[in-house]
Amino acid sequence: MRTLYKFHGGIHPPGNKAQSTQLAIAHAPLPSKLAVPFHQHAGETAKPVVQIGDHVLKGQLIGMPDGFISSAVHAPTSGTISSIDMQHIAHPSGLPNLCATLIPDGREEWIERKPVDYREHSPADLQQLLRMAGVVGLGGAAFPSDIKLRIGKQKIKTLILNGAECEPYITCDDMLMRERAAEIVHGAEMLRYMLDAGEVLIGIEDNKPEAIAAMQQAIADCNNFEVVTIPAIYPGGSAKQLIRTLTGLEVPSGKLPTDIGVQCFNVATAYSVYRALAHGEPLLSRIVTVTGNVRKALNYETLIGTPVDELVALSEALPDTNGYIMGGPMMGMPLHAMNAPGPAVHVPVVKAANCIIAASDRLFPPPPPALPCIRCTRCAEVCPADLQPQDLYWFAQAREFGKAQAFSLFDCIECGACSYVCPSHIPLVQYYRFAKSEIHAREREKQAADSARERHEFHLYRIEREKQEKAEKLAARERAAQAAKSTVEHSDD
Amino acid sequence: MFFSPYISKPDSVSQIMLKVLLALIPGIALYVWYFGPAILVSITLASLTALGAEALMLKLRNRPVMPFLKDNSALLTAWLLALSIPPLAPWWLVVAGTAFSIAIAKHLYGGLGNNLFNPAMTGYAALIISFPVQMTRWVAPHGLEQGGLVMAELSFAEQLQYIFLAALPQGITLDAITMATPLDTLKTRLHLDESISQILDMPIYGQIAGHGSEMVAWGFLIGGLYLLASRIISWHIPAAYLATLFAIAGIFHLVDPAHYIAPLFHWFSGAAMLGAFFILTDPVSSPTTNMGRLIYAAGAGLITYLIRAFGGFPDGMAFATLLMNICVPLIVLYTQPPVFGKKDGAFGKKDGVFGKKDKLK
Repeated sequence: MRTLYKFHGGIHPPGNKAQSTQLAIAHAPLPSKLAVPFHQHAGETAKPVVQIGDHVLKGQLIGMPDGFISSAVHAPTSGTISSIDMQHIAHPSGLPNLCATLIPDGREEWIERKPVDYREHSPADLQQLLRMAGVVGLGGAAFPSDIKLRIGKQKIKTLILNGAECEPYITCDDMLMRERAAEIVHGAEMLRYMLDAGEVLIGIEDNKPEAIAAMQQAIADCNNFEVVTIPAIYPGGSAKQLIRTLTGLEVPSGKLPTDIGVQCFNVATAYSVYRALAHGEPLLSRIVTVTGNVRKALNYETLIGTPVDELVALSEALPDTNGYIMGGPMMGMPLHAMNAPGPAVHVPVVKAANCIIAASDRLFPPPPPALPCIRCTRCAEVCPADLQPQDLYWFAQAREFGKAQAFSLFDCIECGACSYVCPSHIPLVQYYRFAKSEIHAREREKQAADSARERHEFHLYRIEREKQEKAEKLAARERAAQAAKSTVEHSDD
Repeated sequence: MFFSPYISKPDSVSQIMLKVLLALIPGIALYVWYFGPAILVSITLASLTALGAEALMLKLRNRPVMPFLKDNSALLTAWLLALSIPPLAPWWLVVAGTAFSIAIAKHLYGGLGNNLFNPAMTGYAALIISFPVQMTRWVAPHGLEQGGLVMAELSFAEQLQYIFLAALPQGITLDAITMATPLDTLKTRLHLDESISQILDMPIYGQIAGHGSEMVAWGFLIGGLYLLASRIISWHIPAAYLATLFAIAGIFHLVDPAHYIAPLFHWFSGAAMLGAFFILTDPVSSPTTNMGRLIYAAGAGLITYLIRAFGGFPDGMAFATLLMNICVPLIVLYTQPPVFGKKDGAFGKKDGVFGKKDKLK
């Protein structure tokens, strides 16, 4: 039995996972059209490499990675690009993003797929393949996986596969592990090869016995693999908390897991690594849980770009549905204002979309009006980052951003545990988001001012230099003229 | 409102306060049993005054009245103050004290969640300084003998008459029905050079401390244990307070048992139990860090003992609380626990404000 370690705090919200685990993963049918955003990952937007009117094949590159942290985007099916324009996507800013609209031709015609045997390639080559296959973290952050594999000289002792899935309602990883355990484990072997890691730990919360059994069976022939059952506690699946649980190590603030010899990937990411290398299939689809206020909660293998409302329609949202959440009920993103009439906005499913929850007042009753903080410190008791949320709240609402930073505001992972337990119903996380964005904005302003000042100083320097050069030239010319004169005078002799 | 998290625990400030009120009931029941129903009159008077003052202040401050009246915090202040005042105190004393607690100590500091000082104890301090005579006339417990005679007792009607009209029945003087508290008596008698054992032979003393009042302290202890069990308070404050009081009283008692009474007496006398579980634990005016709570409560235990043993007031709970309230911001600042991934505390090493992002670019 492996020793597990506790992290501070955590909560036990009702799981609500059983609804969507009754049936096997279904395949969402081909939608009428797909909107594929070029920015589905952390980092730079991919550069479009197709034109309106182009016919594309399933898996064809349509967005080229642009910049160090970036990832490729592909056509999820064969069809015609009908437009490339700004469209609404699920993003906290609510700003539209560049998307390619694809009208499927229904033939699902693939490009030529090139499977590779990973053992015959160097890690660097494989990283490039993953980058071009658009593989990003599927746990929610959508960070390009190839970047996480570029570890330089660091030695990785432990590779962790995150199958914790601690957030209520979401079951896509659970179902993936139940049904495709062997592929996940193959993917993990590839990741281990690229990281040259020692052991592989697969952390799964104890509320997923079927997934644990399936994964255990899949690792039977693997060396140095272990499925570790961890206690179900939110946010036990947050990378840093999971690393702590499994290894007892804390990733130092502002550092990366690789700094302490650990790297962590979501199980679904491992699965797409396997598909990308062993089958030559770029990341074109993902498992999405559709649950909440629907008639039949289910997990769907969904093409990236599928309109959320077409996906939800498959599960039949109940009439009192008044909003949709992309993600879980703790950290998910609202897809449009609650209580606004009409269906969900036409945002597409993206690589980060693990779950769509249909919301209603019955499932998510609006909280009572917030009362003042009474400093009861229930928030501090549940904070997995050992912060003092009541103090951060105080500084944020007083706009004392410097103090908020001194009290480690940026170590907050926005898990929402503090808001969950607050007896005064204060939207604490919202205050932290506000404070963080204000600080970022000020930082940007300062940077802009700094670079403007630098430009101005350089401008002055250049004028000065030009003046000097001119003066020097003039002096040189004068000297030359004088010299010439004197030669003439001499020659007169 | 529609942003994450969309779910929350069905818990509220008013429920927390209600549970604290409920936890006071065993103590109050024993109070009534030993000292008669007059305390219920004080509690009722204080409650009505508190709600009235709360509503008035909210109105004056242009704040919504109903949500705050329903939070039960004003009631809790009222009950704690009423329990600190002699039960036969005149009605205006209760009303003035409660109004001071709510209007001055709570609302002038910004209302719920913003008061630096414990409102009930601020009200108590104002009263004991302004009306020391009325504040030290405690009613004798039921069936107490003095000089071989059972002390006179007032009926409930007579108590009401005294509270509201200051009129006593024919032939009964105030001295016949009131007395100094066991703590006060101990102090006065020690000044008269009596020894502890002589003093404890007096009928006003029971098994551990004051006859009757020791049982009320048991009631508060039971209520306090309920608060601990239901996780409304953490163990740090009551444990550190009682342990410090016990340790200091114990040291003095061991050195000079004739002049310093045993530590258990201190636990079960005065407001020690009520204070340990109900007053010092007020979340608004106590530290937010666990280490801070230990320091705060230990300081309060020390001050309580010093006032009881060497000070001018019979009990030290109120001043101990208020003096330690002053220290709370400083204590909190210096007891910040280490943040995840920052072994050396919140103000320790920092790797750039934006951590990860700085690292990768």
